[in-house]
Amino acid sequence: MKRQELQVAALQNGTVIDHIPSSKLFEVINLLNLEKIRTSVTVGFNLKSKKMGHKSIIKIADKFFTDEELNQLAVITPNVSLCIIRDYEVVEKKTVELADNLVGIIKCNNPKCITNNEPMLTRFHVLDHATGTVCCHYCNTQQHLDEVKLCQ
Amino acid sequence: MNRSLVTIADHTREKIEYLVDMASEFEKHPNRRLLEGRVVATLFFEPSTRTRLSFETAANRLGARVIGFADPKVTSGTKGETLKDTIMMVSNYADIIVMRHYLEGAARYASEVAPVPIVNAGDGANQHPSQTMLDIYSIYKTQGTLDNLNIYMVGDLKYGRTVHSLLMAMRHFNPTFHFIAPDELAMPEYYKLYCKEHGIRYVEHKDFDANTIADADILYMTRVQRERFSDLVEYERVKDSYLLKRNMLSRAKDNLKILHPLPRVNEIEYSIDETPYAYYFQQAGNGLFARQALICDALGITLEEVKNDNTIIY
Repeated sequence: MKRQELQVAALQNGTVIDHIPSSKLFEVINLLNLEKIRTSVTVGFNLKSKKMGHKSIIKIADKFFTDEELNQLAVITPNVSLCIIRDYEVVEKKTVELADNLVGIIKCNNPKCITNNEPMLTRFHVLDHATGTVCCHYCNTQQHLDEVKLCQ
Repeated sequence: MNRSLVTIADHTREKIEYLVDMASEFEKHPNRRLLEGRVVATLFFEPSTRTRLSFETAANRLGARVIGFADPKVTSGTKGETLKDTIMMVSNYADIIVMRHYLEGAARYASEVAPVPIVNAGDGANQHPSQTMLDIYSIYKTQGTLDNLNIYMVGDLKYGRTVHSLLMAMRHFNPTFHFIAPDELAMPEYYKLYCKEHGIRYVEHKDFDANTIADADILYMTRVQRERFSDLVEYERVKDSYLLKRNMLSRAKDNLKILHPLPRVNEIEYSIDETPYAYYFQQAGNGLFARQALICDALGITLEEVKNDNTIIY
C-alpha cells in the first residue's frame, strides 16, 4: 500500500496559511505576531510543493484573524492561500488584498524621513496595487514593495 | 479642524487666489495689531536666517510676540528629546508654531501631534510652502494674473524643491513650462508625468540663450551646485552654461521678470540687477506679506477680517 501522509497534521479549528515562499516564512511569523499566540502553532518549513518546488505552511489552532490583520500579508506574500478550518473542514478560502493605506507595516527607505528618526508609526498610501508602488505619507518618497523592509 | 500648512501643492485654485488676495491686503498695510496678545513660536531645527527673519518680521509687524530658537544646538533635541515632545511642550506656550526641520515629513508629523497649527518653514528636501506662496504672489504682482504664463525654469531642476512646488501649485493656471537644465539635473520624470496628467504643456531645452527665452514671462533661476554632480568633469563642462548674462535679455519681453529663491552665487550676472527685469530682491521682500497671510490663515483669521481690520497702524 502506498503510504500517503500529510506533511503537517490536520487542524480541527483555526487558520491555515499555505504556499508561503520559504524565504518569507519568518517575516510572516513576525508580521502576524505569532510568537505571542497561546494556542498551538504548527510550522512547516521547506516542504515539497508541486506548484512552488518548496513552500512553507503555518497552521494556527483556534485562531481567526481579522481581514485587516491578514491583508498585511499582501505586503510580503501576495500569493498565499488562506483557509479557515472548522471541525476539520475548510469552511472559507481567502486571498489577501493590499489595503489602500499601510500603517506601521513597512519602513520608509528614505533615511532622512521623519519616520526613521522618531518613535512613530509609518504610514504609506498605495498608489498602484498592481505594481506595488507606495508613497510615504510623511516624506512623499515613492517606493516599491519589493525594496522596502518590514517594521520589526 | 487642523489649520496647519504643510504643503501648498494640494491647495485649490480658489485657496491660492484667496491667499494672494490676503497677501495684497498686508502689502497695503503691513503694520497692524491684528495678532496682539498672540504668541508665535519659530522653531528652527536647522538654521535658515533668511526664512526665520521673514517669518519673525511678519509676526512682529502684526503685533504678535515671538519665541523660539534659531539654532538646534540650544534645544533638548541634542539631549535626545523627540520632535513630538518638543512640539507638545511648545504648544503649551504658543498659539502657532512655525517650524523648519532637516528631516523630510517632520512638518506633516508635527501637524498631526500638535494641538496648535503648524506652519511648515521647510522640511528637508520635501516642502517649503511659504517660498512657493511668495513666488506665486510675486508672479501675480508682476504679471497682473496667474493665468496662461510662459514660465521658464533654469538650473537645478532635479533637486530644487522650489521649482517642484511651484510647478505643482501653478497647475490650476494653465501655464506653459520650459525646462532648461543640464542632463544630470534635468526635471525628474515624476514631475513631467505630473504635467501630462494635469494637461500642463512643457518644453525641454538644451540651449540657454536669447532666442530660447525670448517668450518668457517669468524666468525662474536656480543655483547649479557642484556637490549635486556625481561626475565633476560634467560639472566643469556645464557650470557656465546656465548663467544668465545681460546680453541674453536682448530679445526679452517687456513684462519679463527674473525670479530666484536666493542666495545667488553667480548664476545671474550682477549688472542685470539694474535692469527692470530683475525682481529677485523684491521677490524676497514679498515673502513678508505672503507669510503674514499664511500665519493669519493658519490662525483662522479670514480675508474678510483682514479687510475690515481696524487695528491698522498708519
